[in-house]
Amino acid sequence: MAARVRAKIPESVTVGEVFTIRTLVSHRMESGLREHADGRLVPRDIINRFEATFEGERVFAVDIEPGIAANPFLEFTARIEKAGTLVLSWTDDAGEVTTYTQGIALA
Amino acid sequence: MSAITRRRFGALIGLGAATALPPLVSSGRARPRVVVVGGGAGGATVARYLVRDSSGALDVTLVERSKRYTSCFFSNLYLGDRRDLGSITHRYDTLAAMEGLSVVHDRAVGVERERKVVTLAGGDELPYDRLVLSPGIELVHDSVPGYSEAAAGIAPHAWRGGAQTALLKAKLDALENGQNIVMVVPPNPYRCPPGPYERVSMMAHVLKMKGFEASTITIIDAKSTFSKQALFAEGWERYYGGMIEWLPPEIHGGVTAVDARAGTVETDFDTFEGALLNIIPAQRAGAIASDAGLADDSGFCPIEAGSMRSRIDPNVFVVGDASVAGAMPKSAFSANSQARVAALVIRGELLGTAVPRADYANTCWSLIAPEDAVKIGARYEAGEDGTIVGTSSFVSDTGEEAELREATYRESLDWYDAIIADMFG
Repeated sequence: MAARVRAKIPESVTVGEVFTIRTLVSHRMESGLREHADGRLVPRDIINRFEATFEGERVFAVDIEPGIAANPFLEFTARIEKAGTLVLSWTDDAGEVTTYTQGIALA
Repeated sequence: MSAITRRRFGALIGLGAATALPPLVSSGRARPRVVVVGGGAGGATVARYLVRDSSGALDVTLVERSKRYTSCFFSNLYLGDRRDLGSITHRYDTLAAMEGLSVVHDRAVGVERERKVVTLAGGDELPYDRLVLSPGIELVHDSVPGYSEAAAGIAPHAWRGGAQTALLKAKLDALENGQNIVMVVPPNPYRCPPGPYERVSMMAHVLKMKGFEASTITIIDAKSTFSKQALFAEGWERYYGGMIEWLPPEIHGGVTAVDARAGTVETDFDTFEGALLNIIPAQRAGAIASDAGLADDSGFCPIEAGSMRSRIDPNVFVVGDASVAGAMPKSAFSANSQARVAALVIRGELLGTAVPRADYANTCWSLIAPEDAVKIGARYEAGEDGTIVGTSSFVSDTGEEAELREATYRESLDWYDAIIADMFG
């Protein structure tokens, strides 16, 4: 399932500054535990992995479980020593990867 | 036990520190006069009960600006194509025909509490022995940055029945597949706590029936939790999976600007775009009550828990959404219940009739999908701390059978007919 990403990431920071990255991805997060009216289980379809890399280096990652609600929101902090590109990626059960890319400059 | 003793007992229990007022029973002059301002669930009920139960001994005037009343309650069912506007619009004819009741269609513009007179826009003055204010809410448009009364003509709040409801419905029906709705929900306290979420359910239902599954509804909420949240979350997943996105302040960080023309809601987190913006601003007591100095810093009117008497003026009662009713939510059911208590107390004071201990009730039904309704409710009384407190409560469960949900829906329809009959006769 294609996901829509919203993110708030500063466009520029100072060296060593701790800054906040906030992301919201739209996804049903079907847990696999819910039943159809006829009693069959609705198949599981969740985002199971989130990763953030900066200039190719992993800075943050989460394994996401079925207990997480629809439209998962993630907030974390980071600091950088040089300007570069932050790449956020979400991978769902179908193997579909949604990415969001933003450059961060040094102020 | 004599009636007088019972009345005194009720007064002691219910009125607490209320200023003792001499009864007007044997004053020998004309009938005691009660003026009621506002012909909604609170005011219409007070007026009708006072007249119905006093055998013509009271001179009651109901002041209401509109000749027709379109209920805000059940307006979500109109949005969801479950009711037409005519079925939630009512007239004052039957009330006006009651002997001992004058219905004046004018706007009350002021209260002179020293002289005990209500002034009407038309210039008339209505003297009273007791005044009941049931003015409902005033919308604080600028509580949402960029929102205004003019903007409400483009981005309706629809938090008062009638024209705003019709505007929201027209805009909902004009949406095309893939166009989105953004709703802004105010902080507590506001009229009808589960109302925004029932509205979202009904709007999602309309979109789904048209096959508009590419459209979404985003709720930008000022609150971190909401009424019947687990029930709504379950229903939204079941009926409208992927269409509804609810964002608490921890995520959006607060609304910084609304642009009704551009169709944008800017928050600290991101800018949300919608072909339809439904902006529900914060609320306070209707202007007549706050202008009369009867509201406190909360913007609403403090009352004595056993009587609905204003804590500021013992000759004035405030019922319904304009009051600070403790644990009771602002709802038509609450207003109707408070109105019955106020009517009993006023009759007791003016005519010496028995005043039983105050007993309030509320139920809020919400329709999640056609025939799938849930409810929350409670009984209330005057608490020892002087506020209205809950004594017992109930709420629907998640995972209930369809038959139970349908029975809950039918119960809500019966309630609607009953409260309309209780208000308008």
